[in-house]
Amino acid sequence: MTAGGYLELESLEKHFGTLAVTRGFSLSVRKSEIVALLGPSGSGKTTVLRLVAGFETPDAGRIRVDGEDVTHMPPERRRFGMVFQHYALFPHMTVGENVAFGMPAESLTRPQIRERVAETLESVDLSGFEPRRVTELSGGQQQRVAVARALAPRPRVLLFDEPLSNLDPTLRERTRRELKRVLRRIGITTLFVTHEQEEAFDLGDRVAVLSAGRLEQVGTPEELYARPATRFVAGFVGRSSVIPAVWRGGRAEPAPGVAWDAQAGSDGAAFSDGDPVDLLVRPEDLALERSGAAAGSPLSDGSLPGAVLERRFAGHAAFYTVALDGAGEAEALGAPGLAQPGDRIGIRPAPGAARPRAYPRQGGKAAP
Amino acid sequence: MTTASRTPFRFPRLLPAVLTLTLAWLVCYPLLLTLLEALGDPHWTLSHFADFARRPDEWQALWASIWISLATVALSAAIGIPLAFLFETADFPGRRILGTLVALPVVLPPLVGVLAFLFLYGESGVVARAVSAVTRSSEPPWRLSGPGAILLVHAYTMFVYFYLFTRAGLARLDAAFIEAAAALGAGPGRILRKVTLPLLRPALVGAALLTFMTSLSSFSAPYLIGGTFRVMTTQIVFSRLNDDTEMSMVETVALAAIALLGLVFLQKAEKRRGVAGAIRGAAPARRKLRRGALVAAAGWVFTTVLLLPHAMLLLVSFVPAGTWNSEALPPVLSLSNWTAVFSERERLRPIVNSLWMSAVATAAALTLGFAAAWTSVRGRTRLAGTLESLLAIPWALPGTVFAVALAATFSVRAPWAGRFVLIGTAAILPLAYLVRSLPLTGRAAFAGLRQLDPALEEAAASLGASRTRRLLRVTLPLLRPALAAGAAIAFITSLGDFVVSIVLYTFDTRPISIEILSSLRMTETGVGAAYGVLLALLSAASFLLFGTGGGAERRA
Repeated sequence: MTAGGYLELESLEKHFGTLAVTRGFSLSVRKSEIVALLGPSGSGKTTVLRLVAGFETPDAGRIRVDGEDVTHMPPERRRFGMVFQHYALFPHMTVGENVAFGMPAESLTRPQIRERVAETLESVDLSGFEPRRVTELSGGQQQRVAVARALAPRPRVLLFDEPLSNLDPTLRERTRRELKRVLRRIGITTLFVTHEQEEAFDLGDRVAVLSAGRLEQVGTPEELYARPATRFVAGFVGRSSVIPAVWRGGRAEPAPGVAWDAQAGSDGAAFSDGDPVDLLVRPEDLALERSGAAAGSPLSDGSLPGAVLERRFAGHAAFYTVALDGAGEAEALGAPGLAQPGDRIGIRPAPGAARPRAYPRQGGKAAP
Repeated sequence: MTTASRTPFRFPRLLPAVLTLTLAWLVCYPLLLTLLEALGDPHWTLSHFADFARRPDEWQALWASIWISLATVALSAAIGIPLAFLFETADFPGRRILGTLVALPVVLPPLVGVLAFLFLYGESGVVARAVSAVTRSSEPPWRLSGPGAILLVHAYTMFVYFYLFTRAGLARLDAAFIEAAAALGAGPGRILRKVTLPLLRPALVGAALLTFMTSLSSFSAPYLIGGTFRVMTTQIVFSRLNDDTEMSMVETVALAAIALLGLVFLQKAEKRRGVAGAIRGAAPARRKLRRGALVAAAGWVFTTVLLLPHAMLLLVSFVPAGTWNSEALPPVLSLSNWTAVFSERERLRPIVNSLWMSAVATAAALTLGFAAAWTSVRGRTRLAGTLESLLAIPWALPGTVFAVALAATFSVRAPWAGRFVLIGTAAILPLAYLVRSLPLTGRAAFAGLRQLDPALEEAAASLGASRTRRLLRVTLPLLRPALAAGAAIAFITSLGDFVVSIVLYTFDTRPISIEILSSLRMTETGVGAAYGVLLALLSAASFLLFGTGGGAERRA
């Protein structure tokens, strides 16, 4: 991590009873940067957010913002804005009262507060909504009020907990675009939690992938997709198939006599001859080859034989699920009219595409 | 998502300990002292318990308490369950308003219920006078006295538990169960026996135990119309009147033991509750019955019979003293009783007393209950469970038990041991009301806070609000309906209290209930009735104004 970030999380640890939910978590966020915390349920991403917000205190580690240590500072003194999953708008207050709640009453006059409320509401396209009750608003409007309320006190950092998960799918995409625009315009340092890859890739300048309380990798969406640092990231980000193989002579053999050029998945990982490995390969990095003959008939060198199990049409191309003769299934992208379910087919790494990434076999079973 | 136990903020560190000590001092300490006195402190002895075991009248009172309570359960069920079915499953004109009116006795003080019953069905009540007038007899045709009379009054005031629980259970019932049974060829009778009643079982068990506990602690009815028939609650008070302190302590311990046993059953039953509600579909639709007019008539008659005693109370309050002798209906009606109550200083005093003592007790109970709930639900304290149990204990124990325990505790001066002489002062009754109110305000605060999304307080904190500002601007305003409901029920309970007051009152601090009793003794029936109506009106008004925001339960 580069030192000198605006928001610095250093080796955060958090246990609930005997359960470690955050383990040695470090992350550096630059000023005005938007970082997504992406991970499956139970990966500890919400806990990290709550530690940053101050709702939980870490058992170890430091949180710094703009050089100031806020690790043990109560949430009300951190000047961090937060947008909650269910928005947590105060139901007994109007939209205007909600937005004004966080403004420092001692340093602002009433007209100033009113003006800033109006300004902030305008920035989220809700001009004139001050007297409305929050219960009268639609889900999308509530979300925008929640953003306005968090922004109004001019916080140092903005935190989002699953900002769009409460909206229906059609509204979600539009709200995401609007949110992105607002955040870019204000240029506020933002950390947000999501379990949706598309959301993370669209909103985040960088994405931090979490698994079991640990940071797996942080990088731009492109980096995560093209160069996943761990097997978890390779499997979690984007689509990929797992093909068992054996490492031999610097190449991977998914079946006897079939050898593929492969690369070690994790930086600095090295395999010895005979090591069982899992190959992770994306659908677009596999090429399909038709075969007219019966099962077991020779394909060209380097093709792994199987049969088409399922074909999913996707416009310009189709996804083919192939039941491999050896074991397992693989998914490959091909021309829409290439094959039909039941057809014999072979798969191989597409020429010029990214090489399959090899990771130590999970469970360490011997190769077939 | 990590569902971590949420405790965002630092709490005052000593608050849980201070609250636990305060509540233990108010709730547990008096009970402990009572047990010690029953054991003959300072010389340990079981001789008082042996005395208790040797005396047949004690055994009779104990047994009477139990059988009266069991019979009350049976009678209340026999009235409440059919009534609930009538109002929940049939549709007829006036169903909604009558259904609410029928439940009214639940908010009225038990003493008012007894009084109303006496005026209607008592030996000098309207019904008895009418019978005498018809038979031209100078003797009253019956005496409303003894166990039968107690049972009648109990059934009349406590059927509401069965009524409300059964209605709630029926409303939660999934119509699909009944339709499934019908599709399988079951007739209405079989559906009732094999489907509906088994599904209602948890609600019925809950109602039965609540009725049992209420009946066990009932004091007004056995005291006023029990005659020579004694139950444990009256036995305790009479032992005290006879200065048999040790025996009253032993009796208190015995009654507390039975009540706690009942509580154990109640908690087991509550755990099983909600099974029927776990699968939620639409409730069965109300049917317009074939004999609709008949059903409607039955509904109206039932409601009238149930509300007639209270109407009678109102009537009697307008009867001037000494004007109603042998006539079936009072010949003269005037406002003289009401004028007397509101114009004479000494008659006004009990009203003022009841109001201020109940208000003070409710305010204190609300503060303590909220503080305990807030610390337990939002703070991460190990004392959370203890605090909740301490608040619940006074609910489980009969008022008589607490009255005796508080009397024992606060008649000794030993400040180092947390004991002060409060008996005979104006402080003892508010203190006793406070203890009895704790479960009501505490339960409301706990329930309200548990339903409040912690994210609201976190949002306020992230917007820079201090603990005080969060409490005042977010938590308390949002909890207001729940807290107001708990406070209203607590206020009503204190206002109408008789059982605690009769043990602890002084002439200067006598509340309305005690004044009603002395009015009856001085044969100022009309004045007593006026006080009763006033009590009923104040209770109903508090309930309607504040009490409808939450589902707190109350006990006699």
